[in-house]
Amino acid sequence: MKENKVANIIKSQAIWVVFIVLVLAFTVANPRFITASNLLIMLRQVAVWGIASVGMTFVILLGDIDLATGSIITFVNVLCSYLMVNMGVPMALAIVITLAASTAIGLLNGFMVSTIGIPALIATFATQTAFSGIALILCAGQPINGFTETFKIFGQGKIGPVPVPVIIMILCFVLGAFILNKTYFGRYFYAVGGNIEAARLSGIRTGRVKYLVFALSGFFAGLAGLVLLSRTNSGMGNAGLGYEFKVITCVVLGGVSVSGGYGRMSGVVAGTFIIGALQNGMVLMNLNTWIQDIVLGIVLVLAVGFDCLQKKKQTN
Amino acid sequence: MSEEYVLQLQHIRKEYPGVVALKDVTLELKAGEILALIGENGAGKSTLIKCCSGAVIPTSGKIIVNGKEFSSMTPQLAAENGIAIIYQEFNNVKELSAAENLFLGRPIKKGIIVDKKAMEVEAAKAFEQLHIKIDPKVLMKNLTVGYQQMVEIAKAIQQNARILIMDEPSAPLTSAEVESMFEVVELLRKQGVSIIYISHRLEEIYRLSDRIVVIRDGEYVKTLITKESQVEELIQLMVGRELTETYPPRGDCIDNNEVVLELKDLTGNGDKNISLKLHKGEILGLGGLVGAGRTELAEMIFGAVPKQSGQMIYKGKEIAPKSPREAIDLGIALVPEDRKRHGAMLGVSIKNNINMPIYERNSHFSVVDAKKEMEIAEKYRENMAIKTPTLHQLVKNLSGGNQQKVILGRWMAANSELIIFDEPTRGIDVGAKYEIYKLMNDLVEKEGKSILMISSEMEELMGMSDRILVLAEGDMTGELRKEEFSQETIMTYASAAANE
Repeated sequence: MKENKVANIIKSQAIWVVFIVLVLAFTVANPRFITASNLLIMLRQVAVWGIASVGMTFVILLGDIDLATGSIITFVNVLCSYLMVNMGVPMALAIVITLAASTAIGLLNGFMVSTIGIPALIATFATQTAFSGIALILCAGQPINGFTETFKIFGQGKIGPVPVPVIIMILCFVLGAFILNKTYFGRYFYAVGGNIEAARLSGIRTGRVKYLVFALSGFFAGLAGLVLLSRTNSGMGNAGLGYEFKVITCVVLGGVSVSGGYGRMSGVVAGTFIIGALQNGMVLMNLNTWIQDIVLGIVLVLAVGFDCLQKKKQTN
Repeated sequence: MSEEYVLQLQHIRKEYPGVVALKDVTLELKAGEILALIGENGAGKSTLIKCCSGAVIPTSGKIIVNGKEFSSMTPQLAAENGIAIIYQEFNNVKELSAAENLFLGRPIKKGIIVDKKAMEVEAAKAFEQLHIKIDPKVLMKNLTVGYQQMVEIAKAIQQNARILIMDEPSAPLTSAEVESMFEVVELLRKQGVSIIYISHRLEEIYRLSDRIVVIRDGEYVKTLITKESQVEELIQLMVGRELTETYPPRGDCIDNNEVVLELKDLTGNGDKNISLKLHKGEILGLGGLVGAGRTELAEMIFGAVPKQSGQMIYKGKEIAPKSPREAIDLGIALVPEDRKRHGAMLGVSIKNNINMPIYERNSHFSVVDAKKEMEIAEKYRENMAIKTPTLHQLVKNLSGGNQQKVILGRWMAANSELIIFDEPTRGIDVGAKYEIYKLMNDLVEKEGKSILMISSEMEELMGMSDRILVLAEGDMTGELRKEEFSQETIMTYASAAANE
């Protein structure tokens, strides 16, 4: 039993070891990598994925998946810019409406998965396709520009040397850890993800829990979308294209088991940083984006493969 | 002597880590006879027949088929030697036709193309040989369970099976289907097929079999000639053992004036018109064979499956819990049979397992009161004597007995008043069993709780219950007061078929 515990600690720390090794390797390749300014750039680059990964963590903890994340980010981009620019809605109100809309998309996913019983893979795949279509209709395929200066703060502002998106990401991680560790919802997520039937027979309303995680996933994706919009300064019909891939990679790389029931927020933080370091380091090494994609694909397979091999070992 | 036997299992022993499933079992099947194999739940019938199919490798002993000696079988060997088994769950593909199912895995081919026509012709012949009317083209999913079984039998015969082993073949069938199945079995006997027939239903055994082999607790008991045996004798042989285990004594704590749970003609989930009364401080035992509908009854009371009709009256009020959550809030708890799948959350800590149903009660704005959470876990660790170095231990690392205590602790923490135990000591070692029994006694004696206990272990049922109700096939077939307890009576009620 004790060995198991030690092994678990080593396993969770291993993610950070990988991160440090990666940082050292990129530093050797290009000393500019380790500079404070580059590290802050790196963090700013991962902020959007990091924010969305909080909600994705909950979904994957339940053993489900949310493929709608990227398209929620796109939809939010277009909706918020449409509200502010085309309809003249005040910024605060536009943000509230946008977040409510992204949460509602999450609830729709929850309805399909929990109430109807469509597998999450298919349900969220459908939402993904449908809402990227809606986003394109809304913006008529054209970028929407012309935001107020205040709106730019979320994506471009700085507090001291630290970019605002990084601060938002850190707050989201803290909130995610709080939900997982301090509230009963977190306890429920692990229970339902580990064994949904046992959880139901222990009195957990498992259907509601599913609604909740998909709603949260929608909410955090919405928040990520707003930060992205503020940074790019332009609402576009393809803004979040493929983001779900990066977000899912951050989460499973962080040790959240794809079959549900196991994982920690700190691991997801590490996973996000590793993806950031990889992306940033590869850019510094002048690798083109196609090669970057190959590397990210391999990383995803390695992360999930490691998890699956662990599971196999346990069952034998 | 051995000439007349087509199949001999000699001194078969099967050990699993920590358990001996079969000890020195011998069974001999004569050519062209129907041999019944009977025994209680868990007597080792399934393990024994799995030795014939190659699904289980015996630790020691010999299997002799038509004079050829084997130390163990493989599925191929079994097929080559003409042994076929009809299991309770059929090996069929619902979306394929009866003919295709008949030739599943070994289709007739014309070159590389499957010859459907030829298969249909052959299938029609096979069905005709058994006097059964099935259109070879019909899809399996459109056949009734009875006909699906016929296809399985036809498949076995088509593959030249001369020894047919049938595991509880009548269990999934309606009474009309059972009749047709009997006809097929009789016909097979006339065609010289030797049959081992496993069933709980004694009247079937009397109707079909030539001889009967009784096993009990993994041991061979006796072989009888069916015509010369008596039902009473058979039952005695199946259960025939003295109560060897002792049960902790319990003072009289039943309050006969207070009915905690009353069921009136409760129907649903496979049960029909179940009526019962459970008093405060009582342990009411539910006996019966596996599949008698006892777990199904528990699921309805606990709100896991909705009832169809009838009434549930709990503490004087009619209830209809639509979810376990509602039942738990009313004070009803279920300790399920399959602890690892339905009971404990294995990947979750002891502390969280115990607190799971009451988190919402002990939270402020959804933030868990961590101090209270720990206190509660600590309290029930002590009360239930859960052996663990830390409450943060994951439940999967505990022994079966300790896992059961965690689940009990959970329901105590939730203030449950009616606790349904489904096989309370399944898979728990002897020492821990006694502890669980003591805890159950404490619940009714000291805490004034009431218990509904499902048990397939005769000794446990009689040792722990104040009263026993017996179910068979979803019907209540008998009620026994303490002074009427006897294994024979319970067995008689349990194997009583429904009088329709």
